[in-house]
Amino acid sequence: MSWEPVIGLEIHAQLQTKSKIFSGASTAFGSEPNTQACIIDLGMPGVLPVLNREAVRMAIAFGLAIGARVAPRSIFARKNYFYPDLPKGYQISQYEIPIVGKGSVRILLDDGTVKEIGVTRAHLEEDAGKSLHEDFHGMSGIDLNRAGTPLLEIVSEPDMRSAKEAIAYMKTIHALVRYLRICDGNMQEGSFRCDANVSVRRRGDPIFGTRCEIKNVNSFRFVERAINFEIERQIDVIESGGRVDQETRLYDPDGNETRTMRSKEEANDYRYFPDPDLLPVVVDDALVAAVRESLPELPEARRERFMAQYALSAYDAGVLTAGRELADYYESTVAAANGEGKLAANWVMGDLAAFLNREGREITDSPVTPAMLGALVNRIADQTISGTIAKKVFELMWNGEGDPDAVIARHGLKQVTDTGAIEKAIAEVMAANPQQLAQYRSGKDKLFGFFVGQVMRKMQGKASPEQLNALLRDKLAP
Amino acid sequence: MSLSKQDVEKIAHLARLQITGEQIPGFAAQLSSILTFVEQMNGAETTGVEAMAHPFDTPTRMREDIVTEINEREAMQSIAPAVEAGLYLVPKVIE
Repeated sequence: MSWEPVIGLEIHAQLQTKSKIFSGASTAFGSEPNTQACIIDLGMPGVLPVLNREAVRMAIAFGLAIGARVAPRSIFARKNYFYPDLPKGYQISQYEIPIVGKGSVRILLDDGTVKEIGVTRAHLEEDAGKSLHEDFHGMSGIDLNRAGTPLLEIVSEPDMRSAKEAIAYMKTIHALVRYLRICDGNMQEGSFRCDANVSVRRRGDPIFGTRCEIKNVNSFRFVERAINFEIERQIDVIESGGRVDQETRLYDPDGNETRTMRSKEEANDYRYFPDPDLLPVVVDDALVAAVRESLPELPEARRERFMAQYALSAYDAGVLTAGRELADYYESTVAAANGEGKLAANWVMGDLAAFLNREGREITDSPVTPAMLGALVNRIADQTISGTIAKKVFELMWNGEGDPDAVIARHGLKQVTDTGAIEKAIAEVMAANPQQLAQYRSGKDKLFGFFVGQVMRKMQGKASPEQLNALLRDKLAP
Repeated sequence: MSLSKQDVEKIAHLARLQITGEQIPGFAAQLSSILTFVEQMNGAETTGVEAMAHPFDTPTRMREDIVTEINEREAMQSIAPAVEAGLYLVPKVIE
């Protein structure tokens, strides 16, 4: 029996405003508990929420980026439930008329194909506080600093058919919100969170199976594992004659399994109704046009432009456009390298990425600037240095020795293209290795590499590889 | 419109109100009469009338994204029943 998983995601992206969605309290992460929770966030009697314009602007930017209609009029509603980290007893959210309507994104799959995933809607809402369940004499501790932080909840269509597709979609949205600079995407700090709706059906079945919702999984890797575990669990239940119950499940990364959190019978009945404290949000054409004007080039368009403009593969272009800062760095490097797109790409994705990774640095914090890397690429292209020597130059630049020309001059790394010098080295190597020479001349071609290595060593790696090869082949010939 | 005993129990549970069995018939009658009162609106002709979300016909005002609040934790927590390490303490919410 062949089974087909059906997956939809709800992503909560914290909008990176300075102040909260309905109050003037700070949204900074990591402050002392409850020092950023004002009377509005605490739901004190008599307070009134006032909407943050920047949160609205960010939601519009997202809507435009996914080709969705931005609602000219949207409504805030109260979602009612009781939990101690929700002081008002309701969350201000949007229900019947969200600010962003139906749109879509295109995801790039491992085999290079592109798939369109529908986005049902995206709406503005406030985040709740945090409950700390460590032991406070049998009580729970509540920190309301996060209460009232603006969230954009992005709801997908059930268009994904594997955990891999779900991750590709999640990464696409993650890159998009970071390009738009509306969310920092930090999953450890909870700025970007995901709930997954998973069901399975027999392949070809027109109707969906019963779905389970997996709550709040906080890394790409765990989302993939949680979905895969859940798919297997549901198939096992059905194949052993059981029935999947609609329920909310929690993923446990330690045991790599999902567990029941609440069943449908206990499901919340939120009794949404329009919040009488807030009037409709009206977005006029002028505001939409202004936001559209401010949109950066988006990842997909940039990826395609990189492929066309710099002759990069889909893979290279995908890696280089995954983050806006990385793409900016790459383009500055190419500009400094007289348009050497492919060579610049190899250096950015190769040595630079490896050094950044090793030291846990961000691209914006690289000691080697795009101007320096571009100049290094130029020195390789004009054959001042070989690719091997360039690695050495790169490391010296990384360690603060300045631009490549200075490093090459100071350490005498300029490539030797003087035929006489190379011929001299070849003659010495041949004289020192008569046995290998005889073997080579009697047909042991593999020894060519041995001679290349010996001559290169004698010249401290500075010989032009092409020239060395040509001269050596000539001299070694019987 | 008449509410059943189960309806009343469910509404009380959602509102986290503890009510006794004897109170249910009284609440059922009161809530039912409220619903009957509101039901009169179903008789109004609303064809072509756009649904309102608020009685005021004006859009919401928006504020600029500026931090205007200061830390008033001490004052807020002076009226809380229990606090520790800057946290509000509440009865344990999970086992």
